[in-house]
Amino acid sequence: MAEALNGNRSILVVGGGITGLSAALEAAETGFPVYLVEKEAYLGGRVARMNKYFPKLCPPNCGLEINFRRLKNNPLIQTYTMTEVEKVEGEEGNFEVTLRTSPRYVNEKCTACGLCEAAATTEVPDPFNYGLKQVKAAHLPHEFAFPLRYVLTPEVLGTAEAEQIKAACPYDAIDLDMEARQMTVSVAAIIWATGWRPYEAEKIAYYGFGKQQNVITNVMLERLAAANGPTAGKIRRPSDGGEVKRLAFIQCAGSRDENHLPYCSGVCCLASLKQTTYLLEQDPEAHATIFYIDIRALGRYEAFFTKVQADERVTLIKGKAGEISEDPQTGMVTVQVEDQATGKILRDQFDLVVLAAGMVPNSPTVSVHNTQVAHDESGFMLTSQAVSGIIGAGCVKQPVDVATCVQDATAAALKAIQSTCRR
Amino acid sequence: MEKKTGVYICTGCGIGDALESAALTKVATGEYKVPVCKEHPFLCSAEGAALIRTDLEEAGVNTIVIAACSPRVMTDVFDFGADTVMERVNLREQVVWSHPANDEDTQMLAEDQLRMGLVKARDAEPPEPFMAEDLSKRVLVVGGGLAGMTSANEAAKAGYEVVLVENSDRLGGYLKDVYKLPPSQPPYEELQESNLEALTQEVNNQPAIKTYLGVQIEAISGAPCMFDVRIRQNGQEAAERVGAIVLASGSVPYDPNKLLDLGYGKVPDVVTAAQLEAMFTTGKVTRPSNGQPVKSVAFILCAGSRDPQHLPYCSAACCVESLKQAKYFKETDGGMPVYVFYKDIRASGNYELFYKQLQKDGVFFVRGAVTAIEDDGSGGLTVLADDELTRSPIMSESVDLVVLATGMVPTTAFGEAFKAQAPKEGDEESVVPSDTILVSNILNLQYRQGPEMPALQYGFPDSHFICFPYESRRTGIYAAGSVRAPMDYARCTEDGAGAALKAIQCVEMVAQGRAVHPRVGDQTYPEFFMQRCTQCKRCTEECPFGAINEDEKANPLPNPTRCRRCGVCMGACPERIISFKNYSVAMVGNMIKGINVPEEDEEKPRLLVLTCENDAYPALDLAGIRRLTYNPWVRFIQVRCLGSMNLVWIADALSKGIDGILLLGCKHGDEYQCHFIKGSELANIRMTKVQETLNRLVLESDRVRLEQLSIADYERLPEILDGFADRVQELGPNPYKGY
Repeated sequence: MAEALNGNRSILVVGGGITGLSAALEAAETGFPVYLVEKEAYLGGRVARMNKYFPKLCPPNCGLEINFRRLKNNPLIQTYTMTEVEKVEGEEGNFEVTLRTSPRYVNEKCTACGLCEAAATTEVPDPFNYGLKQVKAAHLPHEFAFPLRYVLTPEVLGTAEAEQIKAACPYDAIDLDMEARQMTVSVAAIIWATGWRPYEAEKIAYYGFGKQQNVITNVMLERLAAANGPTAGKIRRPSDGGEVKRLAFIQCAGSRDENHLPYCSGVCCLASLKQTTYLLEQDPEAHATIFYIDIRALGRYEAFFTKVQADERVTLIKGKAGEISEDPQTGMVTVQVEDQATGKILRDQFDLVVLAAGMVPNSPTVSVHNTQVAHDESGFMLTSQAVSGIIGAGCVKQPVDVATCVQDATAAALKAIQSTCRR
Repeated sequence: MEKKTGVYICTGCGIGDALESAALTKVATGEYKVPVCKEHPFLCSAEGAALIRTDLEEAGVNTIVIAACSPRVMTDVFDFGADTVMERVNLREQVVWSHPANDEDTQMLAEDQLRMGLVKARDAEPPEPFMAEDLSKRVLVVGGGLAGMTSANEAAKAGYEVVLVENSDRLGGYLKDVYKLPPSQPPYEELQESNLEALTQEVNNQPAIKTYLGVQIEAISGAPCMFDVRIRQNGQEAAERVGAIVLASGSVPYDPNKLLDLGYGKVPDVVTAAQLEAMFTTGKVTRPSNGQPVKSVAFILCAGSRDPQHLPYCSAACCVESLKQAKYFKETDGGMPVYVFYKDIRASGNYELFYKQLQKDGVFFVRGAVTAIEDDGSGGLTVLADDELTRSPIMSESVDLVVLATGMVPTTAFGEAFKAQAPKEGDEESVVPSDTILVSNILNLQYRQGPEMPALQYGFPDSHFICFPYESRRTGIYAAGSVRAPMDYARCTEDGAGAALKAIQCVEMVAQGRAVHPRVGDQTYPEFFMQRCTQCKRCTEECPFGAINEDEKANPLPNPTRCRRCGVCMGACPERIISFKNYSVAMVGNMIKGINVPEEDEEKPRLLVLTCENDAYPALDLAGIRRLTYNPWVRFIQVRCLGSMNLVWIADALSKGIDGILLLGCKHGDEYQCHFIKGSELANIRMTKVQETLNRLVLESDRVRLEQLSIADYERLPEILDGFADRVQELGPNPYKGY
């Protein structure tokens, strides 16, 4: 017992997005054993679904590739996908954490050869692509997926198709009887890096998201612009696959709004500026309009803002959009805005309208000895926690960009290491 | 150690169906006389791995070649320890998944890839890590402000000794004159007390921290785990040995004397934000002109920032700082007129709630560009601006005080640009793009490439990488706080802790003889065969990390613990005297020579493709996963970085009869994506030179091409590879073929 109290050097990282992945690597490369758990079937989180990063317009998979290589080379990290935290007991230096792994129905024998996918017929909406496309019941979460291993959706369990899929695998990797598993790990500290999700844009009734096909959210546009996305990177109108000549961005869709998210989501301005380049690069004749309150391009990002702003094909209008309505005949979307520069009500038509939906933290739900992991009213985890040894990092703590997430993850790794030597 | 090689060919995942594995075995056992060669239908299974392990343990095999899937996958299964030389030949993603099955060209590709793998396994040696002598794991923190103190404190709390140096005679940095802090806790509406006192006390009470005040760093020599620091204090000198360094020298407010249009220096009641902060800390908030209390105030945001004439960047913290100062006044007198002139209010995250609170408090926010600040004749000041909302010139009521929110200038942005010694007569002018290093007299590094950290943009020694914000171009030295990038207090605190972790991590890795990011854990390092060195200085000039010093005779003095193992020096060396245990000019040359080049009349051109391990190689795997197909004349060699390409490889390839050489590397230029900073660009410069030579030899320069490719560009690979093959076919066979 004394050894458990004094000698536990392990760290649990909850969330395998860019923050959790970075925190796990930074701690392990300093010499500390890490359990990295992720609820999805692959690591990379939200950034894996991004097309490019601002301001460099470089692909997120480039950095993920390096991180995955770091992870593969580091024997101190144990990764568990499709796994969530069920219970936390104990205290700093000696937490007992119960983890629950959902069945993947594909075991470690999978070589990613793809024969199961070829045998599958049922199609389900692809969660990776926000349902913008269908995938087979047996599928690779996406081609950059790490681990490179297939998943089987539970929808086909108990059908003849499931048996066919199983029979198609020459490596005995399909396990239709796989059950959820529980395991307990003993760790000195827990880094909570469960990230964020986009604000449910349906809640902003006057924008008509969910009812109007050509009104989409910014995360969806990332997929439409991605070469491995549902449209092979061509930005098209969802209603009819038509060309997008006029694109509008509605900033602060949910953010800075007491009826929705009172805070500023920090990254949406830059994300929209970046997304204008997606379309304009594809179609030099196209045009993009951004309706905004303030353009928040902090620090060196100012240069990126200046560059996009200088493009004649980009119009920036200060004003918060009121109503958005789509013509069912033509699919054209009308945006109504009060232009604060002129005081006039503008009504303009676009092929596609993108809601710059804000970030909502995936707040921790666990408690330790009846003490809830503390967060503010919006759900952002507090820096200072009643239970020491529980450390928030990244977007679960504050709405920030990727570089800040990694910075925070690195700091969190040090805090966790301190927990291992405090006792 | 005598090598005994085992070759293991997997026939699963379609490899056995598409290729003739017996012919592959023949390459191994016949051509290369390998004593052990086995096939397995499912090599990554437990049984398959056991087969290899048994041979390692019982059959005396110590070198293995696995011809199966990409080395990017199944790494846990095929892990036989660092002492076993292992080479993985990618027959799955890059051969059978990208080429037609049972095709002569596919088979030839597979056989050549195997040959190259066999040569590599033959020529590679297990790494022997470089062990530092008299190594130190202490951390030097330069700067005793918020970021520096946090860094020192956090490192000490993790059990590391710290040397903290501060050039003023008190700890605190900018915080010394800060009255209160903006809110970082719910409800995000109230001011917070400064934590300076507590933080200083913590630093002072921490026995692991040795603090030097009122000092200047004279010089830092050495390398990670072996840095020797000379510190000058009151005319005396102290010496410290440290393992890694956190640069937290902070920023200074932009010089307000350059803001004459805003009345600074002309109108006494125009002050800077820092001056106002000092008024509040001393409790004397009065008008400089007459010593009377301030009854009304106007804040001018972006005073010098977001302005191409001054600081083109946004200083990130001033909006919230001004909100905070507006709150000072509103707390004192809720009815006081407070104006804020702004371009955009950048109160991100929960600071938005603070902004809302100040709107409720009755602060007047005016969006517009300030055109002038004038004396209104009655002793007050008026602010003239163009209101962007109403498109009309506007004028504030008369105010007692105008506060300029001046931006941040990093302390590294001062000083002349460093120039490496001018080339001697007869020396070739360096074509290597040099880094911007300003002689700012902070670290005084004894590095051949310059005494301070290379600046990225605007003098900030920030990282160029979004995913790796601490990615430093000087190994073991990590910038933190407002010297790295403009940032607020909360972020400086995190940054200090983050940089401390990187410093600790660096000393731990170096102490094991391992590399830090991005080739983390690599135990090889470049070894120099000095007898053949011609003092050409290319290695010392081209190293992206300043790892190699020079003696007075221009001999390179490598510092292995500064090295990041990219191999740029190896690529630069015309004498080919720089090698790693498992990566050398000769080894790749031998791999190229191992390619089977058909006779001219067979009309089967051969294309050598050098791929960067970070982006191009995985992109090829992705093409395979997507079952994209491309020309089978290609022969791939993975390189650590395109910058490690030595021109002799091009000569080797051309004299071998290879018809074209394609280099696939990362994007270079301002938005470079090369993880070794300049590798891809250097390869491009070298290639331009080789193209000139080719033209002189009447050998078409088009035979050598460099393409910039990111990992996400895999869809473009068929077009690139087929396009290159078409061009080479147009050019006809390499005239040296068969000679």
